[in-house]
Amino acid sequence: MLKINNLHARVEDKEILKGINLTVNAGEVHAIMGPNGSGKSTLASVIAGKEDFEVTEGEVILDEENLEDVSPEDRAHKGVFLSFQYPVEIPGVSVTNFMKTAINESRKAKGLEDMPAKDMLKLIREKSELLEIDRKFLSRSLNEGFSGGEKKRNEIFQMAMLEPKLAILDETDSGLDIDALRVVANGVNKLKTKDNAVIVITHYQRLLEYIVPDFIHVLHDGKIVKSGTKELALELEEKGYDWLKNEAVVK
Amino acid sequence: MAYTEEELKKELETKEYEYGFYTDIESDTFPNGLNEEVVIAISKKKEEPEWMTEWRLEAFRIWKEMEEPEWANVTYDKPDFQAISYYSAPNKKPKYDSLDEVDPELLDTFKRLGISLDEQKKLAGVAVDIVMDSVSVATTFKKTLGEKGIIFCSISEAIREHPELVRKHLGTVVPQKDNFYAALNSAVFSDGSFCYIPKGVRCPMELSTYFRINQAGTGQFERTLVVADEGSYVSYLEGCTAPSRDENQLHAAVVELIALDDAEIKYSTVQNWFPGNKEGKGGVFNFVTKRGICEKNAKISWTQVETGSAVTWKYPSCILKGDNSIGEFYSIAVTNNFQQADTGTKMIHLGKNTRSTIISKGISAGKSQNSYRGLVQVGSRAANARNFSQCDSLLMGNECGAHTFPYIEAKNSTAQIEHEATTSKIGEDQIFYCNQRGIDTEKAIALIVNGFSKEVLNKLPMEFAVEAQKLLEISLEGSVG
Ligand SMILES: Nc1ncnc2c1ncn2[C@@H]1O[C@H](COP(=O)(O)OP(=O)(O)OP(=O)(O)O)[C@@H](O)[C@H]1O
Ligand SMILES: [Mg+2]
Repeated sequence: MLKINNLHARVEDKEILKGINLTVNAGEVHAIMGPNGSGKSTLASVIAGKEDFEVTEGEVILDEENLEDVSPEDRAHKGVFLSFQYPVEIPGVSVTNFMKTAINESRKAKGLEDMPAKDMLKLIREKSELLEIDRKFLSRSLNEGFSGGEKKRNEIFQMAMLEPKLAILDETDSGLDIDALRVVANGVNKLKTKDNAVIVITHYQRLLEYIVPDFIHVLHDGKIVKSGTKELALELEEKGYDWLKNEAVVK
Repeated sequence: MAYTEEELKKELETKEYEYGFYTDIESDTFPNGLNEEVVIAISKKKEEPEWMTEWRLEAFRIWKEMEEPEWANVTYDKPDFQAISYYSAPNKKPKYDSLDEVDPELLDTFKRLGISLDEQKKLAGVAVDIVMDSVSVATTFKKTLGEKGIIFCSISEAIREHPELVRKHLGTVVPQKDNFYAALNSAVFSDGSFCYIPKGVRCPMELSTYFRINQAGTGQFERTLVVADEGSYVSYLEGCTAPSRDENQLHAAVVELIALDDAEIKYSTVQNWFPGNKEGKGGVFNFVTKRGICEKNAKISWTQVETGSAVTWKYPSCILKGDNSIGEFYSIAVTNNFQQADTGTKMIHLGKNTRSTIISKGISAGKSQNSYRGLVQVGSRAANARNFSQCDSLLMGNECGAHTFPYIEAKNSTAQIEHEATTSKIGEDQIFYCNQRGIDTEKAIALIVNGFSKEVLNKLPMEFAVEAQKLLEISLEGSVG
């Protein structure tokens, strides 16, 4: 589904991604871990098409299509979803209105009519129940005054509404309390099918007990320095990243 | 590959003014220039009684002695008042009973404006009085209104048919000598609307007037007078669009609202006069005096959405004369490219327990300048007067400016005045967030701006709110930098 080849990206003069290779197939869950500043969020943003980052080498391919000239909104229409590490506030725009706009814009791109109001309501009801979100919450301004945990839960609610093909969850677990973590992870698992894929970016092994990854990759200084199965997370929890940094140098 | 600022800007290039076209309807236009003869000729053309001619001449004499004000935060080349024609009316001047009789070209104009009468008529409960180049050409729903004793017609007709009402109220809120533009308007106003709601009557529909400037080089001097008698209620809408022109056009309207005891007037405007092109050439100069007076327990709310004009100078105000009266001002002012707006309100508290609310939302983009100027004045007898003001500015890009000038003069120590102000910027992060959810940049800006303006948009009547949202989108296209 997603194939990243030798991806280099930079902002201004600073090279952040230094040759990433990653293949994600439909039905898989991948976890990306790595120290602060190693480039995890940057990778997520580049996949989503953020213009601040200049891709200097390599490519991102989604379903055999090179995304080079595809705008962020078109990537979204093609099924890329990013749960932001720091969700943005949009004052005066309710969660409902925002989701309605997002869904209808995607439908428009596919040549479909706006979703009828009653289908929209049904969808909202279903997905807010899945994520145990109080419906009153949905009339509030998007992310404005939301607690850290509420913002993250709201990101996953949006993911549930949009049913993406490829979801990238950037530190969705940080800020969530133990119960919320369970609810959100459970929601993600329920949305998982053999046709979609998830990339979870996290610092904590605990999330991976709920959302069990098929593969784990460690990003360090803009490169994937180690890949493995879920046991790797336990090893990292125990030993930290230092031994991998050394390994990278030895390589 | 990567998407640069430059590309983003280009993609968002200004959409040229949509309503920029010119309708070829034969007009009867006066030669340029202003003197007593012209004033008399206007009055004659309109078949006015002598007192009206005298009133105009008095205004003209006052105007001649006045100087154009310079205190506003705007700069422009002063109009040459002798280079303007003060009267232009379509030659065919019938009143139509049905749409079929209306000049097809005119109907076409309305279609291009997106406010076709067809559409308007469907919006149940909206009576439309259209003023095109100063002469009212179509009025509908007159009968329904007539049954309730409501008068809704052009001001010229009112001067002829209801002289006693007009004579009693005209100039009582905005006197001829009020200011330079008001004096000019009083001397040469060509048309406008008049509305009278009798005692205790609740007007069953929104009353609506559309103005537009059509003829090249003609100034527009609309005069509107709304009188709500004791215990009555009316919601009045005014909208306008102007075709694009290279030379600046002058618009100097006067609106007077009179809310007698226990009456309520809601006045909403959407103004999108031609703002000039993206180099700052052309555009309408909009110098407007709007003021209302509230008697006991009366209420006036002004709601305005200002997206147009090259230069705007406008302060809809309330004189809260009666005890317990209420004044409200809700405003959205958008400036883009080289537009300049200096707008706000004056709340003059004279009566006891008077209350006022001011919510102003300024949106600036391009190289534009957007100023809020507000005065809250509490007189010595206005015990327990209260005011709440909130002024929010939203900036797009780094080349525009937002300014707030709140003035407070309180002569009564029991007055409570609160002022809040915020300034924010549309961030690239917000836009990317929307993009990531499948919303393109243009739509994202519209969404963010609508969110920012929501408190004011909510005050507009439904069908107007939809149009206002559309206008906000159009006027902000090409504004991310
Ligand atoms: N717009 C930018 N301008 C300059 N530097 C940037 C920009 N965006 C990211 N960086 C830098 O790139 C590096 C990688 O940042 P990134 O956010 O991808 O790290 P991360 O792996 O997600 O870290 P964390 O675990 O703390 O979230 C950091 O050094 C960061 O400061
Ligand atoms: Mg990060």
